[in-house]
Amino acid sequence: MHELSIAMGIVDAALDESQRRGVQVSAVHLRLGALSGVIKDALMFSYEVACQDTPLQGSRLIVVDVPVIVFCPHCLNERELPSVQLFACPECGAPTMDVRQGKELEVFALEIQEETGHEVEVPESEVQK
Amino acid sequence: MSEPRLVEVRRNVLKQNDVTARALREQFRTAGVFVVSLVSSPGSGKTTFLEKTLTQLQPRYRVAALVGDLATENDAVRLARSKAPVKQITTGTLCHLEAAMVQNALQDWNLGSLDFLFIENVGNLVCPSSYDLGENLRLVLMSVTEGEDKPLKYPTIFNSADVAVVTKNELADAVEFDWDAALRSIQSVRPGMQIFRLSAKTGEGMEEYLNFLSQQLVEHRAVAHI
Repeated sequence: MHELSIAMGIVDAALDESQRRGVQVSAVHLRLGALSGVIKDALMFSYEVACQDTPLQGSRLIVVDVPVIVFCPHCLNERELPSVQLFACPECGAPTMDVRQGKELEVFALEIQEETGHEVEVPESEVQK
Repeated sequence: MSEPRLVEVRRNVLKQNDVTARALREQFRTAGVFVVSLVSSPGSGKTTFLEKTLTQLQPRYRVAALVGDLATENDAVRLARSKAPVKQITTGTLCHLEAAMVQNALQDWNLGSLDFLFIENVGNLVCPSSYDLGENLRLVLMSVTEGEDKPLKYPTIFNSADVAVVTKNELADAVEFDWDAALRSIQSVRPGMQIFRLSAKTGEGMEEYLNFLSQQLVEHRAVAHI
């Protein structure tokens, strides 16, 4: 199971982004490709463990499943694969390895609590300098 | 008062590994060494297969191996019998190799003095699929005793591989291995993949596979030195 190290990578990335923005994260949104090699249930469990004793403790992981999209050399079109057990165009059956989507493992958004008192804002007077 | 708000970030979780893997691949290119990584289930005969590969390539080529193993050094000890330089990466509880581990292990190696470097991953068909090691060729190994549908059970790793080797062919009759069904399941998850059927034990089919590696080395160097 490598999901714990993946979860720790997610926490690191989210922490880095949140600290840079000076915000508190309540949820992390992740794009998870069907070909990423990561098992969602194991990842959800690992995320909780990875968050312990970090500012992300108590935050949620929201996973968006990303299906595999291939390019069919016969139809000349992008097609979504119904299963990763068959790399063939679901319309015409032509085999294809031209994968256009499905390997994603990407933190794409953070849900933040904006606490007005802590917000880091550049005063207008500083902008021109 | 605070209100939840969504901010876009776009961070590839495996970016650090990908960056290291790219640096390794460039290092391999300039050194002119062809790097093959091996993935398989535990017990598929990976170490025997690698031992035979190293032994049989040695008269013609300078070869070496990195071996990932959870806890023991048994594999490295076995492979050392081939007289090729072998280094163990003990991963502890980690079920896969990462690019940084390969980079660390290679620090004191002169890659320019090698033709082939083999990286034996930890026996596992799930976790290694997520990690690029900078290899030039990913070889997935399965044995006839594992059943014809292995690729359908682990499509991601088979899909990520460049070439498949089906070994322990000397046992094919005994286990009533259905070669056509195996071919179909491999081609289903990884269309067009080249497949070698062999027996590391008896040597049957090894020559074709070794010739393929030699050809890959020639092509690798032709591209690398443009």
